[in-house]
Amino acid sequence: MPEALETPVKDATQPGSVPAAESKPEKARSLWSDAWHDLRRNPLFVISAILIVFLLTMAAFPGLFTSADPRHADLANHYLQKPKWGNFFAPDWFGYDVQGRSIYARVIYGARASIAVGVIVTVLVTIVGTVTGMLAGYFGGWIDTLLSRITDIFFGVPFILGAMVVLTSFEERHVYVVILALAFLGWTQIARVARGSVITIKQADYVMAAKALGASTTRILLRHILPNAMAPVIVVATIALGGYISAEATLSFLGIGLAEPTVSWGVDISSGQEQLRNAAFVLIIPSIMVSITVLAFIMLGDAVRNALDPKLR
Amino acid sequence: MRGAKSAKWVAGAIVVALSATACGGSDSGDTEAKEKGKPAGYVSIDVGEPQKPLIPADTNESLGSYVIQSLFTQLLDFDANGEIVYTNAESVETKDSKTWTVKLKKGWKFHNGEAVTSESYIKAWNWYANIKNKQQNAFWFEDIKGYDDVHPAKGEPKADAMSGLKAVDDTTFTIELSKPVPYFNYKLGYTTWAPLPETFYADPKAFGQKPVGNGPYVFEKWDHKKLIQVKANPDYQGPNKAQNKGVLFKNYATVEAAYQDLLSGNLDMIRQIGPKDLPKYKQDLGDRAIDQEYAAMQSIVPTFYSKTFKNIDPKVLQGLSMGIDRETITKTVLNGSRTPATSFTPKGVEGNQALDTDVFKFDAAKAKKLVTEGGGVPGNKIWIQYNADGGHKEWVTAVCESIRNSTGVDCLPDAKPDFQTDLEARDNDEVKSFYRGGWVADYPLNVNFMRELYGTTAEANNGRFSNKKIDAAFKKGDNAKSLEESIKLYQDAEKMVLDEMPAIPLWQYRTNGGHSKAVDNVKVDFHGDYEVTGVTVK
Amino acid sequence: MGRYVARRLLQMIPVFLGSTLLVFLMMYALPGDPVRALAGEQAVDQAQIAQVKKDLGLDLPIWQQYWNYLSGLFQGDFGTQIATQRPVADVIADAFPITVRLALFAFAFTVIVGISMGVFAGLKADTLRDRGLLVLTLLLISVPSFVLGFLAQYFFAHELGWVEPNVSAVAASQELILPAVVLGSLSLAYVARLTRTSVAENLRSDYMRTAVAKGLPKRRIIGVHLMRNSMIPVVTFLGTDIGTLMGGAVVTEGIFNVQGVGYNVFQALKSREGSTVVGIVTLIVVVYLVSSLIVDLLYAVLDPRIRYA
Repeated sequence: MPEALETPVKDATQPGSVPAAESKPEKARSLWSDAWHDLRRNPLFVISAILIVFLLTMAAFPGLFTSADPRHADLANHYLQKPKWGNFFAPDWFGYDVQGRSIYARVIYGARASIAVGVIVTVLVTIVGTVTGMLAGYFGGWIDTLLSRITDIFFGVPFILGAMVVLTSFEERHVYVVILALAFLGWTQIARVARGSVITIKQADYVMAAKALGASTTRILLRHILPNAMAPVIVVATIALGGYISAEATLSFLGIGLAEPTVSWGVDISSGQEQLRNAAFVLIIPSIMVSITVLAFIMLGDAVRNALDPKLR
Repeated sequence: MRGAKSAKWVAGAIVVALSATACGGSDSGDTEAKEKGKPAGYVSIDVGEPQKPLIPADTNESLGSYVIQSLFTQLLDFDANGEIVYTNAESVETKDSKTWTVKLKKGWKFHNGEAVTSESYIKAWNWYANIKNKQQNAFWFEDIKGYDDVHPAKGEPKADAMSGLKAVDDTTFTIELSKPVPYFNYKLGYTTWAPLPETFYADPKAFGQKPVGNGPYVFEKWDHKKLIQVKANPDYQGPNKAQNKGVLFKNYATVEAAYQDLLSGNLDMIRQIGPKDLPKYKQDLGDRAIDQEYAAMQSIVPTFYSKTFKNIDPKVLQGLSMGIDRETITKTVLNGSRTPATSFTPKGVEGNQALDTDVFKFDAAKAKKLVTEGGGVPGNKIWIQYNADGGHKEWVTAVCESIRNSTGVDCLPDAKPDFQTDLEARDNDEVKSFYRGGWVADYPLNVNFMRELYGTTAEANNGRFSNKKIDAAFKKGDNAKSLEESIKLYQDAEKMVLDEMPAIPLWQYRTNGGHSKAVDNVKVDFHGDYEVTGVTVK
Repeated sequence: MGRYVARRLLQMIPVFLGSTLLVFLMMYALPGDPVRALAGEQAVDQAQIAQVKKDLGLDLPIWQQYWNYLSGLFQGDFGTQIATQRPVADVIADAFPITVRLALFAFAFTVIVGISMGVFAGLKADTLRDRGLLVLTLLLISVPSFVLGFLAQYFFAHELGWVEPNVSAVAASQELILPAVVLGSLSLAYVARLTRTSVAENLRSDYMRTAVAKGLPKRRIIGVHLMRNSMIPVVTFLGTDIGTLMGGAVVTEGIFNVQGVGYNVFQALKSREGSTVVGIVTLIVVVYLVSSLIVDLLYAVLDPRIRYA
């Protein structure tokens, strides 16, 4: 807390942001360049970014990391063979699963499905949710009523249960089906959070002042409301990203998400849980991968939020 | 970042620590606690909520059947070897396989005191068969003369009773069939042939919730989705009189939950150990573990309408069969819960024979050769359809990988989210190439594994296999003079089936169960069910 | 205020109709035929299936089925299960109280522990204890809930022997504690983080500085000024949380063998018992609607600038 008080610069930015908004291009540039400046010096950001670049590379080019085929099964020789922790990057590094397949290869190849689900669902959900929530919160009246009721209808359907129903109606278990099912029901949370924070922000002095000075609605929404409302949205969205990767695993665990032959951490965790008493590494290794990925994205989110949110800078 | 890094390590450490405890966790099984809420002398078993009301002819799934079997006794039953044991009947005899004479034991009573007479059977069977009553197992009565009148393919029934059923006196009646069926008496061992008391007809709906039978146990209560409680029938006169004071059929959300309760002494018998505990259950339970074959087969069934298998050379199917390493898969992925198949029928049914063939042996080189000789499959790709909610994923994947590795034919598991979706694809002829087939014996004869599966018009022939020669061979078996001859003719038919491969048999099921320290004498019958009546409390 | 509540109650009607219709349509679109599937792999008697469907009204067009369902609902009739032939109301009456208790326990755990942790960390942002909280919430979010459930079950039930691994049919309150903690842990992480962020932000606000400058006692500053303003985003989340907890219980209930709503709805979904799924979801929707109304009323309490007319 004392550190925050020692940096008077940001205290000046907030109240001062209303008149400054008139010189909009400079302001925008400085907000983002300031953020970028902050981010680069934040070790949290640097490390999570490196981790994410690493994970994304893994998702895009799994062949760079292993030459083993994640589908190749050798039951007779490798059934639940224990990991050889010293054999870095070798197929037997993390041992073999119940089908006699290299867990290392599967973990590498599994990144694609899990990360795709997490990232794409989060992007879809954030766009739809923020737009809906912002419009509802800012305009109020019948727009709020209509949008809030639509949000309510979708929110009323419990997330996992609803996703189960949606997924059941698809015969094929492609990644995009899981993405659609999760996004279809997931946007409401962001919408509600965005609406709640817009309701608070629109009564702030600087918004009132901008209105009084005749700023257009679009400008108020994009320049004043959006940046200030994004903080809680980003917090929820980053946590939710992990949630979506977990949700994919949960749905696979319930036998209703992705399925073989798709290689995904969720699929492997769901097969691995049967070995919990027998060969726990089969469950633990993909679980750790999910956890690391979630951690990386949340740390990134935190860092970005700290940088973007003027109040915290 | 410092914090985040340590988070990762903490996560790892906790997981490792917990997995270590998980391995040692089995010790807790030694601390047996007294089961809560169970009356003294009762035994408990993990039998979940029956799918339908408890009416014998409306129950065709295993959970309901367990309860029905405890409450009702039909004319006859089978012993562990699949031999007929007369229960309510004194005798069931025939001279021509067409007209059967049933003599009932005298002095039997329903639980409400009503006498069990010929009429209790005839009236019940007529009610079951009538289409208006929408009984699931109505088709079981289709051999009886006059079935078409009470259960027409279309429209209203023309009669209330089947003309083939005639009471001679209070304890004798005759069954006339529309054509001879040499093994008809074996069918009578199915629970659906149970008699009903007069009180049933007043309110069948209420009866389904509170059934009154003639069996070794008397219904006590049904606490939906929790348990069904029955008590021993002190007046029961059959050979399978209860050796315990009653049974609790307890519902569990998962097999793992049931197993944990077994270990902690809250459950006496578990029907099947879940895959999670299979690798360790013999260690956990010692001599209380049960591991026994029963008369059920698992196979993969080609659909002969699919692009993959339309007009396929049976050689390809034989090749694919030889490409499956049954030995290794049953030992590893299936944890010894199955026995590799060596024919189309399971051990323990009459007429099971050793087929002189290597089609069931794993031989990658020959498998590949046969597939190539037979012209392969279109696109060099096959699918195995299964329902993801039934614990089939691992073995389907293993079978697929085995085929892929040995024959070079790409094989992909085709998961349907649940049994409903799986069935719909089968009914609508939408299976891409193979579907997962499973068949538990209705009666312990090889006939049951031939006729019901591979006859052109057979009920469970979802592969749409049709072969005139094989149909003719089955018909010959049905028209045989005696049961022995019929079994023999069906054995010949099985050899013809082998040449056509309407299914690739994989393995025979085993019961992998166990019981608590509180009970003893837990035996398994031919279709893998526990003989609950014989279980004793220590 | 009274008029506002009345208006909100009226607004619930379209939401209620919309969600039931949404679920009803989704169930209708599912592949698989519940009546056919009762026969399993055995004989399929088309005539008989047609008869059963006719009796249940399943042969009618979807709009008519929905209309029949709704008109039944308003007379308190939730329909009848296809297989068991039990009234759906009975099934719900058995399952709902258990899940409500489970969700309330989880909710109480989330609120008490989550807000305390959030305030605790937020008051000293960027210190060691803040980092510690971050790590803990990250862990709770990162480990999928079913893994957490299995681990908790093995550790507390099998290893330490503190609890029974399974919740009995009675579902006594002390048996529900562990499942509730597992169920609530994800929400706990959300609440703790939201509270922390909010508290940390508000600490830097002008009114806080004013309050400090005025020399108000610390307890009053934190208890009234800070908490009141920091709770707005948290309350938003919590209001929607209880419905989420009830719906999300499907995994937890499965692991701990709790025979509640989640377990029932999963079974019903798999056997395509449409009226059971729609009935249960409808009730969760009602729970959600009511709690979301309470949240909006709480806004006004927490932030006097928001006025409802």
